[in-house]
Amino acid sequence: MTGPADAALLAAVAIGSVRGSAALGAARWPRRSPGAAILLWQALGLAGGLAAVGALMEIGVPPGSSSVSNGVTRVAAAAAGGRLFTSGQPMLPVFLRLVSLVLGLALLAQLCWVLVASSVLVIWARRRQRALLALLAWGDPKAPGALVVDHPAAAAYCLPGLRSRIVVSVGALDLLRPAELAAVLAHERAHLRERHDLVVLPFTALRRAFGWSRICADAHQSVALLIEMLADDRALRARPARALAGALARFGTAGCAENAPAGALAVSGAAYEGDMAARVTRIMTPAPPLAYAVRLSIWCAATLIVVVPVAVLLLPN
Amino acid sequence: MAGSPPQAVGKVANVNRLGDLERAIMDILWGTGVSLTVREVSAHLTERDLAHTTVMTVLDRLAKKGFARRERDGRAWRYRPAATREAYVTELMLTALEQTGDRSAALARFARSVSGAEASVLRGALDEIEGDGGG
Repeated sequence: MTGPADAALLAAVAIGSVRGSAALGAARWPRRSPGAAILLWQALGLAGGLAAVGALMEIGVPPGSSSVSNGVTRVAAAAAGGRLFTSGQPMLPVFLRLVSLVLGLALLAQLCWVLVASSVLVIWARRRQRALLALLAWGDPKAPGALVVDHPAAAAYCLPGLRSRIVVSVGALDLLRPAELAAVLAHERAHLRERHDLVVLPFTALRRAFGWSRICADAHQSVALLIEMLADDRALRARPARALAGALARFGTAGCAENAPAGALAVSGAAYEGDMAARVTRIMTPAPPLAYAVRLSIWCAATLIVVVPVAVLLLPN
Repeated sequence: MAGSPPQAVGKVANVNRLGDLERAIMDILWGTGVSLTVREVSAHLTERDLAHTTVMTVLDRLAKKGFARRERDGRAWRYRPAATREAYVTELMLTALEQTGDRSAALARFARSVSGAEASVLRGALDEIEGDGGG
């Protein structure tokens, strides 16, 4: 049975996800345990999307449908037979249900589409990068495991995928001391090993699709920063804090004089602390990670947030 | 089919070899500054004992990938780079520095440059780190 109760529960989950995202974005604890916070972001995103689509469709299917898919089938059959608006039935409720159902289906289609489109764009961009690197970059004993590109601006990045690459510019080699470079490479290897790109991808896609949404922009920015913090933590297992923080500080200040693209960097709001400063501060004066019990309850909460809408949509009741 | 056994054994090595050749041939095209025929490219590859058709295949691949342009010159094709090496390096770096305006998740940067208050925080941190006894 579908019904108002299910629709109300799903709507509550959707609204709760939005509220929860705002709270999580403003919270200070995520930087103490970035992994747990990322899991919570993923759960909120997934649950919010499922619940929003689910609520619209629950409202939209005819009363007495045994499930959402059954209801959609019934509406489709009625539309095909030209029997959407039967005589003797009030028009307005049928019409409003239809609008809700169409909105739900459109939202679902858009969510799927942006994910696919983003993935394709990313695959193209990486293929282009790999093709260029094959012609232009070379290996250097100063940066073992990385490719070097002859450019004076300091840059270090990784190209995730099955044939992953770590790339550093000549500018970065000149800028960093050997210990700092080793810390940078350890950070990039952590990104590649743990496929952090796959974590960020859905949030990038959401931001692209809903550029007007403050929540989507904040979620993407938070997750992108937490991923960097996670890779910093991995690098710190093998490398000294001073080397990693030093590398960050050098990178951050290196471009200021000559190549700071004012327009690109001036977008930060007044309350914006600065991701780079936050990372350096966190490395130099680390706060202890959250207690195990707290992290465990975050994992449970993340699971619950996703299980509720899935159960409402799938289980017959 | 005298040539087939080594190819079957070393398919991956063959791909790598083609990659190396693409790079060597692009270096030649960038280095000379004029458009070259297959024969002229082969002549620059003196240290390699390469079949004419191999060089032609690689130039064709480079043209298909958009890195080389070709034009008809009588009965032969002449090849030249589609863009300078510097232009390609710039393209790589613009993507890397996220100045293309595209927030793609194609790659992950280690760091970005900052301005204003954040820069002074970072400079302070750097002084502190270096004051600790050097890195």
